[in-house]
Amino acid sequence: MRDVLLVSTVFLACAVEAVEALTIVLAVGVSRGWRSALQGVAAGLAALAVIVAALGPALTLVPIDALRLFVGGLLLIFGLGWLRKSILRASGFKTLHDEEAIYVRELAAVRAVERRGRAVVGDWYAFTLSFKGVLLEGLEVAFIVVTFGSNQGSIPLATLGAAAAVLVVTAAGVAVRGPLARVPENTMKFAVGVLLTSFGTFWAAEGAGVEWPGNDAALLGVLGVVTATALVMTVALRRLRAYDGPLPPESGQPVRLHP
Amino acid sequence: MNGAVRWIRAFGTFWWDFIVGDDWRVAAGVVAAIAVTAALAHANRTAWWFLPLAVLALLTFSLLSSVRGARRS
Repeated sequence: MRDVLLVSTVFLACAVEAVEALTIVLAVGVSRGWRSALQGVAAGLAALAVIVAALGPALTLVPIDALRLFVGGLLLIFGLGWLRKSILRASGFKTLHDEEAIYVRELAAVRAVERRGRAVVGDWYAFTLSFKGVLLEGLEVAFIVVTFGSNQGSIPLATLGAAAAVLVVTAAGVAVRGPLARVPENTMKFAVGVLLTSFGTFWAAEGAGVEWPGNDAALLGVLGVVTATALVMTVALRRLRAYDGPLPPESGQPVRLHP
Repeated sequence: MNGAVRWIRAFGTFWWDFIVGDDWRVAAGVVAAIAVTAALAHANRTAWWFLPLAVLALLTFSLLSSVRGARRS
């Protein structure tokens, strides 16, 4: 059961971030050429692999209670952030993430910059933009892979979930030949938020010395309570938003490279 | 020197944004709630109920605070 939840959480979190990274890389590749853009992607993925490879074994040396306290606290902070944003977006208090609009804005912005090469990279700007897009979008996923994996004793399983998400999103991007605007990003963020918050609560409490009634089965109880509360909050805030009227249309913000 | 200070500041800001995020009160609340849970558990009190309750309270507080901000603007 825990393994299924582990892979699902990592897969969903990674898929959301991969969709956002894909938008950036597509805009860079289409407007400035694919060679430097793909070099940036490769460098970003290599940096993430190094982080997972270095942090993963290091975390297994930490005593399990201290690890659960630290990992639980970190996942709770991440999870509450994801959940908060997805509820605000679902209820209309924050504009939904529009991959199509971000793609168009990014395309216009990167076309304006002059092309300059450095070492083996033909277009340094395209390289760094792709590199930063992949690294920054992937950093949180790398932390989730390492923390979830080390706590469950299965970093390879967590890595598998992340790799599967990258493959699925890349394949979809190649098939669509454009940003994945139809992916239900906010629903996926909501699910990840619920899962991270539930696991974070469960592990942080265990690390603090709590004995859960029903042991592992309590995780399902926490998951149910967090899901129900988040859904109730979404419905309540949606009604409040309907009472206030719709949000003004989104202005031309620069593309964000971090959630 | 200026370059080094700028780099350290940028590095610190990045990690603050990455870990703490938009609402520092949530991060502070999580740390405080875990500390109270640990204190209850080590005093041999029933402690399992506290953290879920605190987490839901933090989520509600953070959401309402964002909504208040959005309604004012």
